[in-house]
Amino acid sequence: MRHAMRDRTAIVGVGSTPYYKRGQSAPQTLHELVGKSILAALDDAGLGVADVDGFAYFAGGFDTGLLMETLGIPEVRFTASLTGTGGGSAGAVGLAAAAILSGQAETVVVVGGNQQGAQRFGTITSSYEATPDNAFFAASGLVGPGHMFALLARRHMHLYGTTRDHFADVALTMRRHALGNPEALMKKPLTREDYHAAPLLADPHCLFDFCLESDGAIAVIVTRAERARDLRRKPVLVRACTQGASRDWGRSIYWMNMPDESFASSGHAPVARRLYEQADVTPADIDVAQIYDHFTSQVIMQLEDYGFCAKGEGGPFVSSGAIALDGSIPVNTDGGQLSCGYVWGMTHIREAVEQIRGSAVNQVSGAELALVTGGPSVVPVSGLILSS
Amino acid sequence: MTDLLAKRPPRAFFTLSTDAWTKPFWDAAAEHRLVAPRCVDCGHFRLPPTPFCPQCRSQKIDWVTLSGRGTVYSYTVVARAVLPDMEANLPYVPAIVELEGAGGARLISNVVDVPVEAVRVGSAVRVVWDDEGGPTVPRFTLAD
Ligand SMILES: [Zn+2]
Repeated sequence: MRHAMRDRTAIVGVGSTPYYKRGQSAPQTLHELVGKSILAALDDAGLGVADVDGFAYFAGGFDTGLLMETLGIPEVRFTASLTGTGGGSAGAVGLAAAAILSGQAETVVVVGGNQQGAQRFGTITSSYEATPDNAFFAASGLVGPGHMFALLARRHMHLYGTTRDHFADVALTMRRHALGNPEALMKKPLTREDYHAAPLLADPHCLFDFCLESDGAIAVIVTRAERARDLRRKPVLVRACTQGASRDWGRSIYWMNMPDESFASSGHAPVARRLYEQADVTPADIDVAQIYDHFTSQVIMQLEDYGFCAKGEGGPFVSSGAIALDGSIPVNTDGGQLSCGYVWGMTHIREAVEQIRGSAVNQVSGAELALVTGGPSVVPVSGLILSS
Repeated sequence: MTDLLAKRPPRAFFTLSTDAWTKPFWDAAAEHRLVAPRCVDCGHFRLPPTPFCPQCRSQKIDWVTLSGRGTVYSYTVVARAVLPDMEANLPYVPAIVELEGAGGARLISNVVDVPVEAVRVGSAVRVVWDDEGGPTVPRFTLAD
């Protein structure tokens, strides 16, 4: 049966600030960056602020009232966010689609952005409030997601024989993609020697296994598919979008009691299964994948959870060349968060839109189905398939 | 780095907060007893302690005193400071320890006082108590 969401909404505009190295976006404020991305997305769509009547966020989102006040948006009918953290980035598009298909809004902004001058995401865990639950990880000196995901990576190595050279192949491939993208922050080639010479920040993760710390904001505009056909740009249809996680995943990196089958994973397996069902496609049908890459090891585990290779074979899979531009499933064609820019998952949505429009700098020829994932993190994690 | 001993992690990022469900764990730690909550009705262990048994929804728990032995389920070595206050404590080894006699329940802790290179997934460990600079925290070291 055709799923109720399938191809009935579309992304009709995308807008982005430049990507800045951490702190380089000053003296602009985060609110200002977000505003700029929204205006750019509306301009791209051929729409104006008066057309906006909804906001769909993830990770708590932004202050809608302040955005309305600043940008002069007359009235909104829908303003809501997914819970959790970066895991909801792709899922926020599904939230927008849900608002539109239920008649609660017509033109919905999905926006994300970060400015890490004040709070670096790399140490964000240390800024969390002391709670009875947090006490069970804070005492051990896990002060950033990089430390926590290293524990999953180590287990994956133990169970499946994954190596640091496999991680390196993710980093090297993303860097090669970034070199073809003038907007990418990383401009120099990365060699295997460079990779192995880099300091281990959280063994087995070295500097190049971590995503960039950058500033920026990206917005997309979602509306009904019928209306999208009358707008300026080629519509990018929302084929399917799912979010959530199983109880086995739950608080994941803050809990560390996931059953052995799901511990060394991205937590995406149930979300991926529902996504393919909704879209009525298989992994083999996906032309290009924008995989949330905060850590190289989590790219490998997502490729497994999304069925591009068998569980445990993600390491050899990325080292086979499969994720390169000429591979069986080109991954993070803009260079990803590892080498292009980190905007909390929104770069992946932006790049998927460009690929479906056929306007990406590293265009995958004939791309008709693009996968986007939202952060392996606590529940919810999310997945999105865009289609032409 | 073969001769580098695994230190205790910085205390600066840890403020103990408790509630009615977690306090017995930390109170026992102050007495150098490692305990874990077991569901009275179905025997399921859960960590951290929470108000309901996820298997049967019972709220009744027994606090079981454990042997203090366990196995390293996974670990990482933190050898670089990502915050200024960390430098003096490097390197340290956050580890997930599967606790003996606790039905597979795991505790996020540290392996300390041994060369960092000696730590492996599967290493047998035993609890040691860290009373320095704050509330007593269970750490682990390699068992003989
Ligand atoms: Zn029970």
